[in-house]
Amino acid sequence: MSRRVHPALWIWLAAGFAFLYVPIVSLIIFSFNESKLVTVWSGFSTRWYGALLQNDQILSAAGLSVRIGLISASLAVVLGTLVAVVLARFGMFRGRALLSGLATAPLVMPEVITGLSLLLLFVALEQAIGWPSGRSALTIIIAHTTFAMAYVAVVVQSRLTGMDPAIEEAAMDLGARPSKVFFVITLPLISPALVSGFLLAFTLSLDDLVLASFVSGPGATTLPMVIYSKVRLGLSPEINALATLMVAVVGAGVVIAGVILNRAEKARQRDEQMALAGDEAPPLR
Amino acid sequence: MHDKKPETLVIEPWRDPTAKPYISLSHVTKRFGNFTAVNEVSLDVFRQELFCLLGGSGCGKSTLLRMLAGFEEPTSGQIFIDGQDMAGIPPYRRPVNMMFQSYALFPHMSVEDNVAFGLKQDATPRREIRERVAAMLALVKLSAFSRRKPHQLSGGQRQRVALARSLIKEPKLLLLDEPLGALDRKLRESTQYELMNLQDKLGVTFIVVTHDQEEAMMLASRIGVMNLGHIVQVGTPTEIYEFPTSRFVADFIGSVNMFAGQVTAEGSHFVRIAAPDAGCTIFIDHGVAAPPNAQLWVALRPEKINISREPPANPAENCTQGVVDGIAYMGDMSVFHVKLDTGRMVNVTRANLIRHAEDTLTWDDRVWLHWHPASGVVLTI
Repeated sequence: MSRRVHPALWIWLAAGFAFLYVPIVSLIIFSFNESKLVTVWSGFSTRWYGALLQNDQILSAAGLSVRIGLISASLAVVLGTLVAVVLARFGMFRGRALLSGLATAPLVMPEVITGLSLLLLFVALEQAIGWPSGRSALTIIIAHTTFAMAYVAVVVQSRLTGMDPAIEEAAMDLGARPSKVFFVITLPLISPALVSGFLLAFTLSLDDLVLASFVSGPGATTLPMVIYSKVRLGLSPEINALATLMVAVVGAGVVIAGVILNRAEKARQRDEQMALAGDEAPPLR
Repeated sequence: MHDKKPETLVIEPWRDPTAKPYISLSHVTKRFGNFTAVNEVSLDVFRQELFCLLGGSGCGKSTLLRMLAGFEEPTSGQIFIDGQDMAGIPPYRRPVNMMFQSYALFPHMSVEDNVAFGLKQDATPRREIRERVAAMLALVKLSAFSRRKPHQLSGGQRQRVALARSLIKEPKLLLLDEPLGALDRKLRESTQYELMNLQDKLGVTFIVVTHDQEEAMMLASRIGVMNLGHIVQVGTPTEIYEFPTSRFVADFIGSVNMFAGQVTAEGSHFVRIAAPDAGCTIFIDHGVAAPPNAQLWVALRPEKINISREPPANPAENCTQGVVDGIAYMGDMSVFHVKLDTGRMVNVTRANLIRHAEDTLTWDDRVWLHWHPASGVVLTI
């Protein structure tokens, strides 16, 4: 039953993949270029990787970006989950629509506007109460948390809405107080959403250039800011090497996640087989 | 196991006017906005009863159950369990456990941990938890599956885990929301008996919500039929089936032929009703508390009508003629759709007592239908 595929379709497919991946592949290839000129190939070398490891500016920016990403993603998960629980479990209270709108506003707000308004807020706050004193990594963390929290809230809320409310009721019925139900039943069940929310928030933070440009101060330069400023001064093969490393890390992450999911799916199928076989268990008398 | 029951257990406590109800609802009403889900329900359930709330979807039976569990507070009225007023008592402090329709097992916990959950909340000593869980799993024949997760179990096994989990705390009252709804037919039948045996063994009071009348008839000591937020009739399965008090109940439980009519003659122990539809006068062998000429209805169950080609011995009363219009063969019995000479369709069932009868009734046969004077149920509402 193998259907012949028209050659034109293969060409379309190739064109599609080329459109998506040629830029990345060429970036990877040129990271191994001997020449200092990014566009001229002169031979294979790994010297730019060596140079990258010597470059304190890039390394410290990468470190700062990861630190900001981890902290703001953690905060975003906590706050976003609180918002999601309130929206999904507390019924129709007064002000629910307002909270829902406020929580998800950063999703639709242009980043430039969010960045500008946060900058104005920080300046005004500093004048009024002296905190935060100047722009720094702290202000970037606050900005990223506000922004990423919205995404976490959406992800967690959809998971909570999809969950059978009877599970939580059953726990309460068996004597667990509401706070205990949340920590022992709800939290474990929404943990996949918390993990994906965390990863999403971390990626958004790591990736962000616009917000960081607005609210960062001297001494707090994130990796995207460094890359952007370097590119403006002319392309450097070092950046290619850095980008290749990032692609490798992300690619490895995707592959590992795929393998884990695949294994879980297989285990689930095996379990279901087992459950069906269990139907022949002795009847209860 | 049976010696656990107290000696003084009355078989039908609801007939004893001095018996103290174990669960008592008094004028309970629940409104959601403008919608009244439960309307002025008063009900007494006695210790060790297996009480079924029966009704169609949206009749308020589930809301009533959720109020007993504490997930909803009544808008007005009171609920007493073992003499204690339940007003303002949250679900986690009620001596009530519930088995949910979806089972609501904790997917991230093993069978054992699911069953142990309730005991852990009460800070029961570890060893006692282990012993009681093991005993409970043995009771529901799941000892071999204690380490499995819910998704590794079949539907019937999950149902038993849910049952074990809700029984482990030995609640005063166990609420069951459509306990057999998710099982296939064969499994339902065996599980029904198991449920009854278990209730008998443990002596826990059960309140079961179901929309399945067969399930209710089979399980229940008494049934409360609900409609539009009201309890319309409470009685034993026999009472509900043979002595319905309203057209709704007669029609809801089983199948029935309903004839509208008027009283033409009455005495202290008989009544004659002219039912134009039936094509005859219906003679009932007991008196009826209804004024002459009042509009009333006679309900006749299909299995209480005799069907034959020959006229009965006394064709003067409770006897009418028609033509077989359709036959539904069900294996154990056949349902005959008979078109009366008045044009009215009537259902008659007949048990298939003989495996291969020579002279069975067939389509277009002209038949006589007749019934005993005690068979018709006179209904005024």
